[in-house]
Amino acid sequence: MRDEARERIEIDLLLEAIQRRYGYDFRGYALASLRRRLWHRVYGEGLETLSGLQERVLHDPTCMDRLLRDLSINVTEMFRDPSFYRALRERVFPLLRTHPFIRIWNAGCSTGEEIYSLAIALREEGLLDRTRIYATDIDDAALERARAGSFPLDRMQRYTENYLRAGGSDAFSSYYTASGDSARFDPALAGGIVFAQHNLVTDGSFNEFQLIMCRNVLIYFGPKLQEAVLGLFGESMTRFGILALGRKESIRHSRHGSDYEPLVESEKIFRRRS
Amino acid sequence: MGASWGGLRAVEAVLRSLPSGFGAPVVIAQHRQADSSDEMLARLLDTRCELKVCEAEDKQALRSGVVLVAPADYHLLIESGSVALSVDEPLNYSRPSIDILLGSAGDAYGERVAGVILTGANSDGALGLAHIAARGGTAIVQDPETAERREMPDAALRATPEARVLALDAIGPALTELVGTDVGSSR
Repeated sequence: MRDEARERIEIDLLLEAIQRRYGYDFRGYALASLRRRLWHRVYGEGLETLSGLQERVLHDPTCMDRLLRDLSINVTEMFRDPSFYRALRERVFPLLRTHPFIRIWNAGCSTGEEIYSLAIALREEGLLDRTRIYATDIDDAALERARAGSFPLDRMQRYTENYLRAGGSDAFSSYYTASGDSARFDPALAGGIVFAQHNLVTDGSFNEFQLIMCRNVLIYFGPKLQEAVLGLFGESMTRFGILALGRKESIRHSRHGSDYEPLVESEKIFRRRS
Repeated sequence: MGASWGGLRAVEAVLRSLPSGFGAPVVIAQHRQADSSDEMLARLLDTRCELKVCEAEDKQALRSGVVLVAPADYHLLIESGSVALSVDEPLNYSRPSIDILLGSAGDAYGERVAGVILTGANSDGALGLAHIAARGGTAIVQDPETAERREMPDAALRATPEARVLALDAIGPALTELVGTDVGSSR
């Protein structure tokens, strides 16, 4: 049997084992990245095969925790794509401003860099006090870090550059306190943020939002799962709600694509037609 | 196809020698600064060759005669019939990583892949190319003597000694011979 065919069987069996044992469903994930991450865990465990990983995952929940970390950590940075945050301030916030109370969902918030970037932008536009941000992720450990609001100090120089290019109007350093090798962000920024575990694959809609931000998460999903999650976002949006995706993500080929019109095409910010 | 230091000129030279109707999709990872986010590379290449060149979007379909360029600051992986992006950690300081591109191409298409390593001053792509060769695909390396920087071709040859070594201007014709042309396809 060809190596690839055997590997495919091992991946399918491993994912089914995870789903039945732990309820996490990775079967709709895009294969190429998933394969890399699974093998990363195989080697990380000192194992040699995906079948070996399956055995360990089934018998050892701590191995599942480690695998979950590998499968869900989504590397990000503050004000990644500064032009996106500039577009939020110039094109999206004016629409949000018309609502007395603003609800935003950051789906797949990972360790929170995006959330704090968003909160800073909202504060500078005078909107933070009447905004509730729901920050969700599949990974509890990532949420814990997001809640702490503490990021490596050595990244601050890059984040400051991003912040300025994103249209920041203050001194970036005024938002955090350096302590050891970390930068602890002003807890007041997180006052209106609700952190919660939510699995985009298996959990349903839980509120209606004027803005849903889900950047560079759908890229890890296969086409069918992308469709399902876009459907979930549609159900979780107010009329004329806004959807913000990653710079190279697209809804063009989705059957949900026609529900939206581009608000800022280059930044993949869309607005529901009704 | 992967390129780093000096890659723009080398990539352009290869693409210019591919005929319209080239019978396979072409996917390129060119190292560059993380914030070169304006699609300039793809636009520039598009004006300079017969094939259509664009910066890849997630899940964009692979089409014969269409060149997809990995966006700056994303990894690009090959799925069956399409590409997929990722923002996983840079690999050996590179995002896009040539190893990840070539490795995933080998996984998805096995012997139907040709991997090409062009000029560069690091060793990215060596593992990916070896993976393609191990899966029965074709490995091509720019002759280090003709490369602006020879470190990357040298590293690729150390990892895949059986790779075909070709001068820059011979790579396009070799690829064309390998895959042929699609009659009736156009830009």
